[in-house]
Amino acid sequence: MPKRNDIKSILIIGAGPIIIGQACEFDYSGVQACKALREEGYRIILANSNPATIMTDPGMADATYIEPLHWRTLAKIIERECPDALLPTMGGQTALNCALDLHREGVLEKFGVELIGASRDAIDKAEDRERFREAMKHIGLETPRSVVAHSMEEANQLQGTIGFPVIIRPSFTMGGTGGGIAYNREEFIDICEQGLAASPTCEVLLEESVLGWKEFEMEVVRDRKDNCIIICAIENFDPMGVHTGDSITVAPAQTLTDREYQIMRNASLAVLREIGVETGGSNVQFGINPDDGRMVIIEMNPRVSRSSALASKATGFPIAWVAAKLAVGYTLDELGNNITGGVTPASFEPSIDYVVTKIPRFNFEKFPQATARLGTQMKSVGEVMAMGRTFQESLQKALRGLETGINGLSTMFEDGEIDAAEVRQQLQQPGPERIRYLADGFRYGMDMEELYTLSHIDPWFLHQVGDLINEEQALAEASLDGLKPATMWRLKRKGFGDCRLARLLGSSETAVREWRLQYGIKPVFKRVDSCAAEFPATTAYLYSTYEEECEAAADNRKKIMVLGGGPNRIGQGIEFDYCCVQAVLALREEGYETIMVNCNPETVSTDYDTADRLYFEPLTLENVLQIVACEKPAGVIVHYGGQTPLGLARALKAEGVPIIGTSPDAIDLAEDRERFQQLVMELGLRQPENRTARNPESAVQLAEEVGYPLVVRPSYVLGGRAMEIVHDEEGLHRYIHHAVSVSNDSPVLLDHFLDDAIEVDVDAVCDGEMVVIGGIMEHIEQAGVHSGDSACSLPPCSLDAEVQDRIREQTRKLARGLEVVGLMNIQFAVQGEDIYVLEVNPRASRTVPFVSKASGVSLARVAALCMAGKSLTEQGITHERVPEYFSVKEAVLPFIKFSSVDLILGPEMKSTGEVMGVGRSFGEAFAKAQWAAGDALPRKGRAFLSVRRRDRALCVEVGRELVRLGFELVATRGTARAIEQAGIECRVVNKVKEGRPHIVDMLKNDEITLIVNTTEGKQAILDSYTIRRTALQRGVTYSTTMAGARAMMLALGEPVRDRINRLQDLHRELAS
Amino acid sequence: MGYTHEGRDYALRFCRFRYGVPVSVPAVLALADGTLFKGESVGLPGQSVGEVVFNTALTGYQEILSDPSYCRQIVSLTYPHIGNTGTNPEDDESAQVFATGLVIRDLPVVYSNWRATEGLGHYLQRKQVVAIAGIDTRKLTRILREKGAQSGCIVAGEVIDDAAAVAAARACPGLQGMDLAREVSAAKPYTWDQGGWSLEAGFAEAAATPERSWRVVAYDFGVKRNILRLLADRNCEITVVPANTPASEALAYQPDGVFLSNGPGDPEPCGYALEAIKAFLQQQIPLFGICLGHQLLALASGAKSLKMKFGHHGANHPVQDIASGEVMITSQNHGFAIDEDSLPSTLQATHRSLFDGSLQGIQCNDRPAFGFQGHPEASPGPHDASPLFDHFIKLMAAARS
Repeated sequence: MPKRNDIKSILIIGAGPIIIGQACEFDYSGVQACKALREEGYRIILANSNPATIMTDPGMADATYIEPLHWRTLAKIIERECPDALLPTMGGQTALNCALDLHREGVLEKFGVELIGASRDAIDKAEDRERFREAMKHIGLETPRSVVAHSMEEANQLQGTIGFPVIIRPSFTMGGTGGGIAYNREEFIDICEQGLAASPTCEVLLEESVLGWKEFEMEVVRDRKDNCIIICAIENFDPMGVHTGDSITVAPAQTLTDREYQIMRNASLAVLREIGVETGGSNVQFGINPDDGRMVIIEMNPRVSRSSALASKATGFPIAWVAAKLAVGYTLDELGNNITGGVTPASFEPSIDYVVTKIPRFNFEKFPQATARLGTQMKSVGEVMAMGRTFQESLQKALRGLETGINGLSTMFEDGEIDAAEVRQQLQQPGPERIRYLADGFRYGMDMEELYTLSHIDPWFLHQVGDLINEEQALAEASLDGLKPATMWRLKRKGFGDCRLARLLGSSETAVREWRLQYGIKPVFKRVDSCAAEFPATTAYLYSTYEEECEAAADNRKKIMVLGGGPNRIGQGIEFDYCCVQAVLALREEGYETIMVNCNPETVSTDYDTADRLYFEPLTLENVLQIVACEKPAGVIVHYGGQTPLGLARALKAEGVPIIGTSPDAIDLAEDRERFQQLVMELGLRQPENRTARNPESAVQLAEEVGYPLVVRPSYVLGGRAMEIVHDEEGLHRYIHHAVSVSNDSPVLLDHFLDDAIEVDVDAVCDGEMVVIGGIMEHIEQAGVHSGDSACSLPPCSLDAEVQDRIREQTRKLARGLEVVGLMNIQFAVQGEDIYVLEVNPRASRTVPFVSKASGVSLARVAALCMAGKSLTEQGITHERVPEYFSVKEAVLPFIKFSSVDLILGPEMKSTGEVMGVGRSFGEAFAKAQWAAGDALPRKGRAFLSVRRRDRALCVEVGRELVRLGFELVATRGTARAIEQAGIECRVVNKVKEGRPHIVDMLKNDEITLIVNTTEGKQAILDSYTIRRTALQRGVTYSTTMAGARAMMLALGEPVRDRINRLQDLHRELAS
Repeated sequence: MGYTHEGRDYALRFCRFRYGVPVSVPAVLALADGTLFKGESVGLPGQSVGEVVFNTALTGYQEILSDPSYCRQIVSLTYPHIGNTGTNPEDDESAQVFATGLVIRDLPVVYSNWRATEGLGHYLQRKQVVAIAGIDTRKLTRILREKGAQSGCIVAGEVIDDAAAVAAARACPGLQGMDLAREVSAAKPYTWDQGGWSLEAGFAEAAATPERSWRVVAYDFGVKRNILRLLADRNCEITVVPANTPASEALAYQPDGVFLSNGPGDPEPCGYALEAIKAFLQQQIPLFGICLGHQLLALASGAKSLKMKFGHHGANHPVQDIASGEVMITSQNHGFAIDEDSLPSTLQATHRSLFDGSLQGIQCNDRPAFGFQGHPEASPGPHDASPLFDHFIKLMAAARS
C-alpha cells in the first residue's frame, strides 16, 4: 500500500520539557518523524514547548509552535493550521495524553483531524490498567494478579486480596510516576495517595509483587497489513522491582532459549493485535520466573519510547522513522532498510553480532534528602550505551562512558576494607551503585549463590562480573612490564580501559597506552548494520572492539569531528546535543565530512544519518584518541558537548589532536580563578570581591576583607554543589566546621555575594575578530539561584538600555581578551549601576538553543563555521538581533520524583529541563512559560504569603497586587502584620508548629491557590518544608523567591490571551 | 579461570546455573582460500572439515547443531555469546549433531536457564563435535558473504599444523552433487506421536490428542523433530520412512498425505526420491515439502535447482506470500534453491524472499501439492509460517472428501 494521498498536513506533538522519564529520546523520535514525513511531501506542523530540542529548529517543520502542550493551545494551533491528521506517538506520554484530551474535548472531531499511528481506543486500552488486564486475559496471557482502585477507601479494601509487598501503578503516567512498592500499610497509604494524585484518571493498579523475577522487553513494529516484526529483545540485568529506566539493560536477550524467546515473541505480537496498535512501534514488558519460566506481561506502550530509541541505536533499525512512514500508509515491505542502503527491506528482524549495554545515570547527589534506592518509580536522569563484541567489553565501556569518575568496576571502599554487611544491604536494596557493590561482593569472596540470593541478578550476569574481578585480582601482583602481550590482548577484549589497567598495575594511562601500541594491541572498528554482516552496510555507524578486521574504511576527505556530551545529567542535557547536531549540520552543508562521537542513545546526534560517520563510543581520552588515529580529522570540536569533551581538551591537545576554535588554553584561562582574575583586571572590568581560604583561621580574616554576605564553596567541586550563601561570621563558622573541610589541598572559595543583584546571561559568537551578541537574557530569580534553575527573559525585562550597552561592550572585551573563536557565554550580575563579571565560558552554553529560537539566528551553526575558518562577515552575520517580542525560558524541576526533597532553589542546579513562552509583553511570555512548565497560574482564589523578614516590604507590594487581581490573602503572623500595616486585608494562618488548623491543612483542603514562600536559616527552612512539599503534591502554584513572585504578578496582570505564535513567522518578522 | 570446578558441572542449590568447561586448548579454523583464524577449542580435540556457513539467528544454537540439514557443514554463529543457556534434552532436533564443526566468538563459562541440564562445552564433547571459539567471526562472515560458501577445516589440539589445515580445507569437496539425504535418513520406518512443546506441559503426549485423523507418511531426508511434532499436533498419525523408500511402499500405508522433509546437500542427485514424488503427484496424493523436500517436489515437477552464493541461514528472513502480500519472518537454512525461471507451467510461485527475491514457495496447479523453502516448523526461529501445516491438513481434507 503506498502512502496516503488523502492527507496533506500532519500535526506532530513533542514531549515538552526534559523530565525524569522523558528525555531526549522524544527529540530523536520527533526529528525522525519530521524527516520521514516531510520527504514524502507532507506539510508538518510541530508543537513542543521545549526550545532546547532539535525538532523545534525552524527548518525541521513547515510550521513550528513553541507553545504550552495543553489541549487548549493545541486546539488553537489546529484551528489555525487545519492539519488533516495528528501523529501522537512520537512525543511520549505527554503527546498521547494531549491526543486523548483533544479527542475528549471534541477538538479532533470539530476540525476533522484524524489520529494516525494509534487510535484513541488503542491508547486507552494500553494505558487504562483495568482494560489492559482484561485484554490480556482475553488472549490468554498472564498478568501479575492485580486489582484496580479509584479511591483510597477502595484501595484499602482491595489491598487484602493482594497482600504485601504490593506494587502500586498509577494509570496514564510515565516513568512510574507516583508509583512504588509498599511493604507495609503505612507505605501503602502514602504511595496510593501519591499515585491517585498523579494519575489523571485517579486510578491505581495494585499488583502482586513479582520482585526478583527476570525482566525483558520486546520492541515491536506493526504495519496496517498486520506484518509484525521484533526489532530487539532487551534483557534487564536488574531483576523486577527496579524500573526499566533505572535498570542496567542488555541487548539482545542473553538467557532465553529459542523456545522461551518465541513464546515471548508470539505474546508480543498478540498484545499488539489485541490492543489494536494498527501501525507503528510499541514495547511490551515481561517478567519471567527464573525457577520455572512462568511468564507474565507487565505492561505495554503503544508508542515509541526510551526503549525504542535504545533499540534503534542498538540495532541500527530506525523505529521512529519507520513508524512515521507506516502511519501514513506504507507497509514494512515497501520501506527499505537504510543502513544497508535499501537493498534489504524494513520488514525483517535485525540480527546483531555484538552486545549492547545501557547503564542509567543518576544524580542523587543533587538531592541529599532523597533516599538513593531504586524502585518502580524512575529516578535516573540519563543513560549511556556501549557496544562490544562481548558483554564484558560493552559493560566496561558503558561504565567508563558514565563519567561518574570511575574507570571500570571500581570498588566502593577505596580507602579500606570491604564492609560485607554494607555490600549485602546494598545488593538487597539496590541503589545506583549496585553493580560496584556486586563487584565488591566478589572481591570479598562471596560466592555466586550468596550474591544471587541477595540480588536476584541472573547467574549469567553475575559470573560475567565475577570473572572481571577475577582478572583484576590476578593483576594484583603484576606489573605493566611483566605483562605478556597475550594477557593484555585478553584484558582489552574483556573491555578493561587503559585507565583501569593503569590503576590495577600501578602505572599511568599513558604508559599503558604506549605499552600496548608498541605491541600493536589496538582496537578495530566494526559496523552496526542490523544484519550481522549478512549484507554490506553502506552506513558508517561504528564501535570499537578488539578483533582482527577493521571496517572503518576511513577516507581522505576533509573531516571535522564533533565530540558529544555523553549521558544526560542535571546541568548537561539536550542543549548540548542540540549544539552538536547544529555544528554537524552546518559543517556538512559546508562540504566537510563530519564525524560524531557520543555514547548517549537518546540523542539526535547518535542518529546514524546525522553526521557522515558516527562513532558510538565513550567520551574518554582512550576512545577519542583511537578514533582520531583512525580518521585523522582536520579539526576536532570540543566546545559543544558541555563539560565532558571540554575536560578532554588539554590531554587531546597534548597528544597532538587538532582542536579547532577557542584554544584549550583559553578554556583553562576562563576556568582558572587566578588567571581569570588577572584578565578581568587587565580589561578594566569588575568581579565580585573574592578570596581563597586555605585554612579555617584565615577564612574569617579573608571574609572580612571581602565583606558579607558571601558565597562560599569548596574549590574542587563543580556544578554548585556544597555552595552556600552565608550572611555573617557565625554562618561562615558553621560552614567551614560542619559542611566542608578546609585545607591547603581543598581550599574554600569566598566570593562577595551580590544581594538583590540581577543576574544576566549573554551568549555571543566571535570569529577571532568580530563579536556578535546572540542575546542578552535577564534572569528572573535573583543572583544566588543557579542560572540553570532561573527563569530568564530575552530581551531583558527590566534592565535599561545603557546597562545593556555596557554589557555588550564588556562581552566584546572578554571575547577578544580570551581570543574566542566560536561560542562564548558570560554571566554578569547587575547591582544598581554596577556590572560584575561572574563567569565566562568560552564554549557552548545551556542557553544557546533558547537564544537561537528567540532570535532566529542559529548561534551554534554560525560559531561552528567560525571554528572552521569562515568569518562572521562571510557568513553575513554581523549584527545582534533584538526581538520586539519577549521570550521567557523557565526551568522544570524534578522534585515530584524525589519524595522528601525540599523545593527551595539555590546555587546548586536541580532542573532537568526547560520550556519557552513567547508573548508581546513580558507578562504574557512569562505566563505562557509557566503554563508550559505545567503551572496554569490561578486567576483567583486565596493566596498564602509567608516570607522572611527582609522580603516583607516586597511582599506587601505583591499582596497589594494580589488583592487588586481579586485574590484573598492569608499569611503567617509576621508577614500578615506587615501586610495589614500597609492597610491591606489579610488573615493570619497558623504555621505547622503553631497548632491546627494550620496552613498544610488548608492546602490539603484545596483552600489555597497560590503560595509565596521565602525562607532562610536551617530551622525556618525545616519548619516550612511541609508547606512546599504539600503544595507540590497538590499542584498548587508556588514561588520560593520574591523575584519569581513579582514576575508572577506581571503575568497575572495580563489578560488571558490564547495567542499562539508560529516560530517561522516570528523569525521572518526579525529578519525584515 | 580462577574457578576450580574444572571439567565438572557444579550444581548449586538452585540448580539453575552451572559452570561449564574451562577453555585452554588452541584451535584453528582454516578456509580453502588460505585464511587462518586462531582461537581456542571448545569441543572435541581433533580435526574436522566441511562447507563453512554462517547463521545469523540470535537464539537456538542447540536446535541448529542438531539439525540434520547441517550435515557436512561447519556452522559459524554470528552472535558472539553462544552457550548462555546451556543445553537440555528437549531442544535437540535429532538424535545427534550433524554439523561437522562449530565456530563461535565466545562460550561463556557459566550458563543459566531453568531448563538447562548440561553446558554446551560438555554437549559438544559428548556429541563429538570439533569447535573453535575466540575468533573474529564477523570477519569470517564478511569473507563468506563476499566470496561465497567455501570449505574449511577446524583443527583443535596442542599441536597444529596450519598448512595442513589449509590443505585439508582445500581437499574437502563441496556440497554440489552430494546426496547427503540418504546418509542422515532413518534406516527403517518408525511411527511418531509426540506433539509440540509448551511452557506449562512440555511435550504433548500422544494420549492427549483424542483422535488421529490423518495418516501421513513422512519422508526422512534429515527431518527435524519439530516438523513431526507440529504434524502430530494437527492430528496426524505419522509414519517416518527412509529417504529411499519406493512410492509403492509408502502408498502401502494408505496415507492421506505424504510429507517431504528438509535435509542436507544438493537435491539434484536424489533421483530415488524424485521417482517416488512423481508417483505421488500422479496419484493426486496431497504433498507438502519443506526445504530439501520443497526442492525435490520442484525437481520432480520439472524445475531446476541452483547452488546459492552463501545460502540462507538465519531466523530473521522476510518471506512474502505473493498472493496476499503478507510478510512472514521465517527460519531459513539452505544452500541450494529452485530457480524461479525454470518453473514449468504446472508449478506456480507462491512465496519469495524479500532479502534477495529468491523463490521461497511453490504449488502445483493441477495437484494438491506445495512446498516451502524456509522452515515453517521454526525451532529455532519465528512461528509466522506455521499456518502452512494447516494448509497441508486442508489439502488432505479436500482430497478425502
